[in-house]
Amino acid sequence: MSLVTLNNLTIHHGGNPVLTGVNFNIQAGEIVTVVGPNGSGKSTLLRAIIGALQPSSGQVVRASGLRVGYVPQKLHIDPTLPLTVRRFLSLPLRVTNAAATQALEQAGAGRLANQQMAGLSGGQFQRVLLARALLCDPQLLILDEATQGLDQPGSAAFYQQIETVRQHLGCAVLMVSHELHVVMAASDRVICLNGHVCCEGEPEQVASAPEYRALFGSGTQGALALYRHEHNHSHDQDCTHEHHDHEAAQ
Amino acid sequence: MTLLDSFLIRAALAGLGVAIAAAPLGCFVVWRRMAYFGDATAHASILGVALALSFQTSIFTGVLVVSLLMATTVSTLSNRGYAMDTLLGVLAHSALAFGLVAVSFLQGVRIDLMAYLFGDILAVGRLDLAVIWGGALLVLALLWWRWSALLTATLNPDLAYAAGIDPRREQLVLTIALALVVAVAIKVVGVLLIAAMLIIPAATARPFASTPERMALIAAAIGGLSALGGLQLAFALDTPTGPTIVCLAAVMFALSSLTSLFLRGNRI
Repeated sequence: MSLVTLNNLTIHHGGNPVLTGVNFNIQAGEIVTVVGPNGSGKSTLLRAIIGALQPSSGQVVRASGLRVGYVPQKLHIDPTLPLTVRRFLSLPLRVTNAAATQALEQAGAGRLANQQMAGLSGGQFQRVLLARALLCDPQLLILDEATQGLDQPGSAAFYQQIETVRQHLGCAVLMVSHELHVVMAASDRVICLNGHVCCEGEPEQVASAPEYRALFGSGTQGALALYRHEHNHSHDQDCTHEHHDHEAAQ
Repeated sequence: MTLLDSFLIRAALAGLGVAIAAAPLGCFVVWRRMAYFGDATAHASILGVALALSFQTSIFTGVLVVSLLMATTVSTLSNRGYAMDTLLGVLAHSALAFGLVAVSFLQGVRIDLMAYLFGDILAVGRLDLAVIWGGALLVLALLWWRWSALLTATLNPDLAYAAGIDPRREQLVLTIALALVVAVAIKVVGVLLIAAMLIIPAATARPFASTPERMALIAAAIGGLSALGGLQLAFALDTPTGPTIVCLAAVMFALSSLTSLFLRGNRI
């Protein structure tokens, strides 16, 4: 069953269309990654799904009673606001100590409970955001550029954590990222966005689609192999077997 | 109720009521960087005084209505991408100027302008006291009820949306609470110093708090202490009461800042 369906969604910002005619859905348990250049409307898409933006036309249909865990792109905490990790986890709903500890451990952020949010490192901060998102027992976990500001090993570790969490909770994951090669390998489906859906499909399909290459060049595909060792990319230039229905750019 | 016969007791209770309501609300004003917003609302209330006198309604009603209008205008405009500091500078001071001019048109009523600009806590009557405590309890109840949602919306609007909270509704709650505090505080500290009662206790509490709730509680204690101490000082030194209360709060802020500097210095 679809957790979220977008029907012909169009969103304007300051008179300019940011998204035009987007159709999208995500099923329970699925991992979907949205890639696209800066300003392609990736965050807009996520914000429309959580209800922070009203569509100019089209529809956002959420399954009734849908529980969404949201990890924002960045969270600025004003220095005047004292906030421990433990208190942050109880926003907006109070959670028990046991639940908080469990969520922190699932997110790989155990033992941080009594620290101030402002004192956390970038990686710890993202894990705490993840822990908070897990506390509502989400059916859909939404991550918006969740690894911005982390170095490459840091973000790879973070995405491994997401993978573990997904296996544990069985929730669907919808994420946006710049780091195509890191996230695409773990995804069931990749959507290439640039104001509209350019192309979508399995990671390998999208990575070799001409629309995708027009946006990102072909250089990124090689990096896919770094995280997907079973995939041999040496056949790239003279691919003969059918593993996608897009014509690879030769 | 012989206790309330003493004007000093009434003044103390009035100051305490305002301080206890203003402090937690002031925390949100500080966290959301709305200090100037509080100023604008308070300054506009002098126009409310003028309108209340000319329509012969209670000062509380006039001030409440005008503050509410001002606060709503500002928060609506703030969502339209205006340069906020400029806009608030224009609105705050023009509202004050219009208010002062409007007061001068009032014929036949001789009003003591100073009483509204700086408050007149010693003249608080039983009815005033009832209004102040009624308003203060209403503000506290409002904050208590919406606390978690307000905090989430303050942290990040998108986090609020994802949890099914509408941040615009929470902004409205704060706007109403702010107008209420302004309306009850005008008699105690006057329009020019209301923002001080909101911000100074909250800022003073910050270094000693590890959670938002503790900050609000400490701020309320500091606000209450300033009100009671200021009242005594004003009585002993024969100084204007409202400004004395604010002076005491400011001294506590200075001490708190020095202490936190010292503590941080020791830790390194």
